Amino acid sequence: MKEEIIIAGFGGQGVLSMGKILAYSGIMQDQEVSWMPSYGPEMRGGTANVTVILSDERISSPAINAFDTAVILNQQSLDKFENNVKPGGVLIYDPNGITRHPKRTDITIYRIAAAEEAARLKNAKTFNMIVLGAYLKVRPIVKMENVIAGLKKSLPERHHHMIPMNEEAITCGMNAVVEVK
Amino acid sequence: MDVKDIIKPENLVYGKSDVILDNVMHYCPGCTHGTIHKVIAEVIEEMGIQDKTIGISPVGCSVLAYNYLDIDWQQAAHGRAPALATATKRLMPEKYVFTYQGDGDLASIGTAEIMHACNRGENIVVFFVNNAIYGMTGGQMAPTTLIGMKTATTPYGRNVELNGHPLKITELIAQLPGTCYVTRQSAEAAGPVRKLKKAVRKAFENSAQKKGTSFIEIVGTCNSGWKMSPVKSNEWMKENMFPMYPLGDMKDE
Amino acid sequence: MGELRLMKGNEVIAEAAIRAGVDGYFGYPITPQSEVLETLMARMPWEETGMVVLQAESEVAAINMVYGGASCGKKVMTSSSSPGMSLKMEGITYLAGAELPCLVVNVVRGGPGLGTIQPAQSDYFQSVKGGGHGDYKLIVLAPNSVQEMNDFVGLGFDLAFKYLNPAMILTDGMIGQMMEKVELADFTPRWTEEEIIAKSGTWATTGKTKNRERNISTSLELDSAKQEIFNHKLQAKYKTIEENEVRYEKFMCDDAEYLFVAYGSSSRICQKSVELAREKGIKVGLLRPITLFPFPSKQINEMADQVKGILSVEMSAGQMIEDVKLAVNCRIPVEHFGRYGGIITSPEEIVEALEQKIIGG
Repeated sequence: MKEEIIIAGFGGQGVLSMGKILAYSGIMQDQEVSWMPSYGPEMRGGTANVTVILSDERISSPAINAFDTAVILNQQSLDKFENNVKPGGVLIYDPNGITRHPKRTDITIYRIAAAEEAARLKNAKTFNMIVLGAYLKVRPIVKMENVIAGLKKSLPERHHHMIPMNEEAITCGMNAVVEVK
Repeated sequence: MDVKDIIKPENLVYGKSDVILDNVMHYCPGCTHGTIHKVIAEVIEEMGIQDKTIGISPVGCSVLAYNYLDIDWQQAAHGRAPALATATKRLMPEKYVFTYQGDGDLASIGTAEIMHACNRGENIVVFFVNNAIYGMTGGQMAPTTLIGMKTATTPYGRNVELNGHPLKITELIAQLPGTCYVTRQSAEAAGPVRKLKKAVRKAFENSAQKKGTSFIEIVGTCNSGWKMSPVKSNEWMKENMFPMYPLGDMKDE
Repeated sequence: MGELRLMKGNEVIAEAAIRAGVDGYFGYPITPQSEVLETLMARMPWEETGMVVLQAESEVAAINMVYGGASCGKKVMTSSSSPGMSLKMEGITYLAGAELPCLVVNVVRGGPGLGTIQPAQSDYFQSVKGGGHGDYKLIVLAPNSVQEMNDFVGLGFDLAFKYLNPAMILTDGMIGQMMEKVELADFTPRWTEEEIIAKSGTWATTGKTKNRERNISTSLELDSAKQEIFNHKLQAKYKTIEENEVRYEKFMCDDAEYLFVAYGSSSRICQKSVELAREKGIKVGLLRPITLFPFPSKQINEMADQVKGILSVEMSAGQMIEDVKLAVNCRIPVEHFGRYGGIITSPEEIVEALEQKIIGG
């Protein structure tokens, strides 16, 4: 098993931490993982992205141009990464603020209205966990118990009381994701 | 009377400190460094801290200070002695650490290092020898060179418009909260040497008591660079250097 | 098995330092390596192991603090990124000249000048060929994973103390900023003063006791005849290092007709390029220098008997290629490829370059 993922959106959407939780979940099930962020001033309010690789084998390059799955959370990222999804791959996006929707026909496209769901849950901080839920529904590469274990590892202990809330958000995302046909 | 008849213990009027080595000094006759070295050596010996003292020598005439005092030494890059001293003292807090720096080393190229070490209040002792000239490289202008003073790079005299003002760095250092003791001394005669020795002792004691940085400026001469006899140099220093760099304690907490 | 964590390369440097019994870290913030100092400050190792951590007023001060600490026989280190490393070069040549052990980490970013904060490998010359003045060498280790960032802290100090020479970890913003699974080393206690005196008592400035001569750490020798003798001694040491400490890794080289030579992050990307090229039927392998000084010249030269051409891949305008060419003595074609100025080379571009410059060339 090898899954090469890009998660891309605005700084502040929790893109990097979503990637980190995913990577930690991989470690929990004895996989090799890499987490390669964009870094620098762009993180401060601009675009942010992270490449996460989970694999049963040793990972070669952590920096790649072709992805099995792209998780896209704003227009700039959609414009930038739509063409980098491997044929037959997956693109998951939040339609919030998107005016030019994905056009590829050789990949499977899913929508997750995560911003809307987060507003409904009255908790903007759950946004990235809703997206993670959508991803896990589409690509169940890590077991839920390992995601929770990953969450525990990546959150500081003082935030562990928020794990049930995050779990709920993941479930919400799993239920809300829809395939675009 | 033969020399052998004179050299007898009962005739001893002056003894060299054991901390001073027998190596022939490279300093010019009349230079103040030798006297300052002697004073530091005597204090180290009297305090019994030879095995706990680490000196940091600079770049400049006193780069070879390690040849004269029988203690462990580090020889620093130009201006960086306070950085070496910072790490040495922090890594070995029970030791005594001092830097020995000239005016070019401390007040020009090493301004950042001395300011920050003093501002952090490192428990070190700084000896700052100010003779208003670069001695080792052949008598060029120092930051402390007086207005109108001729040097190899101010052949017509230091000119404010061209060269800026003499830097009274010790006055600046005294403003820093990390320093506990800031004083300006000299060593041209027995009286000033005795005062200097008291200051050196106090500085090392401050270090033991973790009071912060002790900073001693010693106004000295460079008769070779100044192109004067040693006697004339001392006279010139008193007439010209002391008004600009007045002696005394600026801070003693 | 040690503790498993998901960590950034930069964070691992900090954690590994604490666990390796390092006595002092002296640094100054610069992107993309500030996490080293930040992690240490957050970890407060002075409470745990007694390790000193200090934010210096400049990179110049930081490397000179390293000089002071190293002079005491302590395990001391600093880290920075390219523009900061240029400032440290004065201190580094003094450390080499005074034969002092220490560890310096360069998390390279694109240059010249202030350049970019994105990853690059354009400090190879500076690290391997000098950087500072005088005939000196650093022992240069090039990790290509977060695990090796961890492992090379300990290795760097081992080599530095074995040869009384500064060691450098030459990495870049890619390895420094990325997270991978890492198995952390167990804690090694810091050396006591007695251990330091037993190990380094002939030179460490721990305070002159009655039973020995004074120790002086200096790189000054005004007598040229003596300075030349000292330089002969340094060169002999570097030769010993070349004989004993070459480290490298081969990837799919057994049947290779072509070869990539790449270190650090480029070697990771090249592994992917090897996989992509082999899917196309191109038999290419990868030789990765792990030590850049000493350089695996002999091993590359041996590969020249087997392969038809070498592509030297580096995120620079072409620096390591000079050593690759010297290694094979121009017996087979050697070309350079790599993006630079902060752009990470893609695995696909490397395969294209191999096809155009070596196979088609």
